[in-house]
Amino acid sequence: MFMGKRWRWLVAGTLCLLPSAIVNAAETGLKSASTFLSEDLKKREADETANPGMLWVIEGEELWNKIEDGAGKSCASCHGDAKASMKGVATRYPAIDPASGRLLNLELRINACRERHQGKVVFPYESEELLALTAYIARQSLGMPLKVNTDGAAAPYYENGRELFYLRQGQINLSCAQCHEDNVGRHLRGDIISSAIPAGYPAYRIEWQTLGSLHRRLRACSLGVRAIQFPYGSEEYLSLELYLAKRAEGSHIEAPAIRK
Amino acid sequence: MALVPARVSMPSEAKKGDAIEIKALVRHPMETGYRVDSVGQPIPRNILTRLTVTYNGVRVFRMEMHQGIAANPYLLIVLRANKSGELVFTWTGDQGTVITERKTLTVT
Amino acid sequence: MAGAAASSSEASSSSDEAMAVITNGAPVKRGRVTLTIPGVAENGLSVFTTIAAESPMTEADHVKEIHIISEKNPVPIIASFFFTPAMAEAKVATNIRLAASQKVTALAVMSDGSLWSDEKDIVVTIAACIDGG
Repeated sequence: MFMGKRWRWLVAGTLCLLPSAIVNAAETGLKSASTFLSEDLKKREADETANPGMLWVIEGEELWNKIEDGAGKSCASCHGDAKASMKGVATRYPAIDPASGRLLNLELRINACRERHQGKVVFPYESEELLALTAYIARQSLGMPLKVNTDGAAAPYYENGRELFYLRQGQINLSCAQCHEDNVGRHLRGDIISSAIPAGYPAYRIEWQTLGSLHRRLRACSLGVRAIQFPYGSEEYLSLELYLAKRAEGSHIEAPAIRK
Repeated sequence: MALVPARVSMPSEAKKGDAIEIKALVRHPMETGYRVDSVGQPIPRNILTRLTVTYNGVRVFRMEMHQGIAANPYLLIVLRANKSGELVFTWTGDQGTVITERKTLTVT
Repeated sequence: MAGAAASSSEASSSSDEAMAVITNGAPVKRGRVTLTIPGVAENGLSVFTTIAAESPMTEADHVKEIHIISEKNPVPIIASFFFTPAMAEAKVATNIRLAASQKVTALAVMSDGSLWSDEKDIVVTIAACIDGG
């Protein structure tokens, strides 16, 4: 099994060197939770007029263009039309921020922009505004394959993320891998275990009855095994997010996905 | 309140007599009043109770909602295209909530 | 009522009461209206539901009202829809919450006063309201 993982990375690594190679989820062997949804929910996810997550995408579009207090800059002031400028952006996050040298995900990157270039107070993690902007920006990469960089300054985060993925945690003493590698496709309560591909986030989770971030979902997983829940935006979850994104390289962005 | 609390999807043009599908999504938690928060305090009820649709000023459809409608309510209805004009969707509910969305329909 | 989980017999009698308010005791026939919901709800917090009633939707002959009634929810009437002949079809789709496995009824009131219904049983694997979120 250990040999199998290494072999998969070797193949994926080789394929990445071929410019025309399109690695999709089926080739990586990973299964998105979207594939396990009922027909009703699959249709709902694909239908922009019915997917409740789209309410946050349209909100994000409004926020993108909005100049607060009638002064200063909006996102559009620098980035113009998001459909053009943000295309592909979500596929390469989390990424190292050159200015601080830290790993940032999309949420933290939005806040970094807000603080540095707009001179504004950051949005709290999981606030409606941050969810909306993240959903809007992620949506501009719909259908595009995940491709994060794990070299250089990102390497230690990637290694930490991998360790966390395989670490048994909590009172229930389970690692991420034990569900999301060993038991993909099997039932857990009313849900079917997926391969934990992050490409659907921020996602509308029916249990939450609202849109939520990947870190919210990771916190729910930590709670599920009765382990410590790290804070939103923590280095632990950022490292895990990077590992999950690299592991699912080639999987297509499907945000905002519908989850149960 | 959200900047864009609702989204109505429907064709902008139709021929007279056409049956057109209208899909409406509105952002609202539809808090039932039965839930308690993490310290055991009841979360107060806060739901939308009504959606009214008018077409050229005349009410053509109404939906009365209760706690049993899922959060971020979705509705699909089928209207007959008659004359060009404006459709107004008005959601009302607890705490004086009023959400309005307008769409224009051109009928040839 | 807040926080009270209705027992099975209380729940079904309150859905009967809700039906009685609408029907006023008049007879309800099966047919002319079709309720479409899954046999198993993946999550009781949001169940996709479609109701369609056969009708020419003319001034003389149209569907006036459609009601969705729950057997086990704390509030028996889930929603009521009021139509006019301006609507091309007596059809609605929405997402409902279901507190437990139960029978769901669609009740249609026609312009001639006649009453029609359809009912479906649905298994709910993760309940809504009663679980307390």
